[in-house]
Amino acid sequence: MRPTAQALFAAVFAFVLLVIVPWAIRVTHHDDFYYTLSSVALLAIASGGVWLTFYIGRINIGQGAYALIGGYASAIFVVKAGLSFWIAMPLAGVVCALVSVAIGLPILRLRGVYFAMVTLVLTEVARLSALALPITNGAMGITEIPPPGPLGLFGFNLLPSFASFANRNQAFYFLCVVMMMLCFAALYRLVNSRVGRLFAALRQNEDLASSMGLNVPALRVLAYAISSFLGGVGGAIFAAIAQSVYPSSFTVADSINFMLNCFLGGLGYVFGPMLGTLVLYFGWDLLFQAGQYQLLIYSGVMIILMLVLPNGLLSLRFSRKKGA
Amino acid sequence: MEQVIVNGLYLGAQYALIALGLTLIFALMNVLNFAHGQMYVIGGFLVYEIYGRMHWPFVVALFAAAATLAVIGGLLERFLFRTVIRRSLREESTMLLAAGVAYFLDAAILLLFGEKQHGVPKIVRGVFVSDNLIIPYDRVLVACLAILFIVAFVLMMQFTKPGRAMRAMAQDRVAAQLMGVPVEFYSLVGFALGAMLAGLVGGLLVTITGVNSGIGGPISIKAFTMVMIGGAGVVGGAILGGFILGMLESVGLSVLHSYGDITYLAIFVSLLIFLSIRPNGLMGKPWG
Repeated sequence: MRPTAQALFAAVFAFVLLVIVPWAIRVTHHDDFYYTLSSVALLAIASGGVWLTFYIGRINIGQGAYALIGGYASAIFVVKAGLSFWIAMPLAGVVCALVSVAIGLPILRLRGVYFAMVTLVLTEVARLSALALPITNGAMGITEIPPPGPLGLFGFNLLPSFASFANRNQAFYFLCVVMMMLCFAALYRLVNSRVGRLFAALRQNEDLASSMGLNVPALRVLAYAISSFLGGVGGAIFAAIAQSVYPSSFTVADSINFMLNCFLGGLGYVFGPMLGTLVLYFGWDLLFQAGQYQLLIYSGVMIILMLVLPNGLLSLRFSRKKGA
Repeated sequence: MEQVIVNGLYLGAQYALIALGLTLIFALMNVLNFAHGQMYVIGGFLVYEIYGRMHWPFVVALFAAAATLAVIGGLLERFLFRTVIRRSLREESTMLLAAGVAYFLDAAILLLFGEKQHGVPKIVRGVFVSDNLIIPYDRVLVACLAILFIVAFVLMMQFTKPGRAMRAMAQDRVAAQLMGVPVEFYSLVGFALGAMLAGLVGGLLVTITGVNSGIGGPISIKAFTMVMIGGAGVVGGAILGGFILGMLESVGLSVLHSYGDITYLAIFVSLLIFLSIRPNGLMGKPWG
């Protein structure tokens, strides 16, 4: 895509999310959609991180662990250290990135299914630690987290306190959507940069990349740290919306869902996780009417999708282009 | 102390049987079967229905559960996994399929059997009591049966023609195909066999722990842990991993219980450390 087309696409996307969607919600009086869409945006951020680890050729089923760590970190920063949410959120991401460097250095030596299984175990470790550690308050979790305060920069007041908004969910919607666009713009930029090419080289053949003089261990830890940062930020905002975080806030099922979002959207496309999250989340919500058959239909559709489009939803567009 | 060791051995025997099925499917097809725990649950519920509610003999119920799971496994391989492996650009896609199947089976189990915990009458009554050892006889029987099945499985893999073919496939699928092994047929057989083992152990354990529709996921995670300890795709590793996890769990529960519920946290953390030193587990081949 040419730069002008890119900018145009981004502008249209932002316009739809920031103007058209809120307008549609106001006209149709579906205020609960704000909450749903905020959740989709946050889950998409975390899934974007998972996608990046897929991009270097690792199956990551451990994003739930980092979302949980991020949620707890920001909650502890806000409640116990009294920091502002706007500082706590990026700090939570940094905490996750640091943790992931410590964990990633040894476990990123594993490949294929071994790495996948270790990350799966990691999610359980995070949940069990949250239950056992004293600072996380065990099964009670951390509750009554105050809503984000005012955001100021160099004396200018950019945003008033979230507590002063009449419609807090709307405010959170804008926060989440803006964060999602920032994260995915950064991911897109990253993948199309020199480092992105190096990541792609890792996916294709690590030994070959190493023989070309790449510092393979450093690069894969970098990718994993960015991935975990995104997971942590997602988890931190989630804790702020819910105003609470529990050991069961993010579990193995969430970790698997993050991975599924990437698969469904298509592993070859940066914006795949966004689409995958939207489809999976709304698919699940729409099936709510199906009552007890919800999970059956949902998983049935997932299996059928997998049979028909094993390379993700976005592959539809690309395969057609190839044929034309 | 003797009690702890006996408990560990008993747990280990059943765990090893669970891990065997998972590792078999992984070795033959490179598929991480997320639905393994759900297959275990189906086996448990079938035995509950046939033996517990219809009061047919336990052996018949166990046989029926194993046969049903073998058919389910065969169908899954033939119509789902084989198709996706052929069409997909990336091997990992089978993981999404496996997760989808796990959800599907979870939902089906919930609809068919409900969410209640179910138990069945004991197969053998009585308890063995000595100075410092208490073992119910039904646990002895289940452990013996589990070990019997493990031995039968290992003998089958070592000395029969299908066993040899499957071992060859696990080593190198393409080479096996070039030597005239019908790999598609044996993939089907292997998947059916793996599912059957899951159903078998589910059917055995329903007599002791009972069964409910929510235990599938945790069972799968335990099975993954065992396979990682022993090394993925290696029969000996699965058995070893099963016994080690059983022992760790038994010892951990008795040693660590004064510190609260941290046995599994300790096991998982030591697993992470162990794997960063020995990435392929105890007996695994490099990079699965």
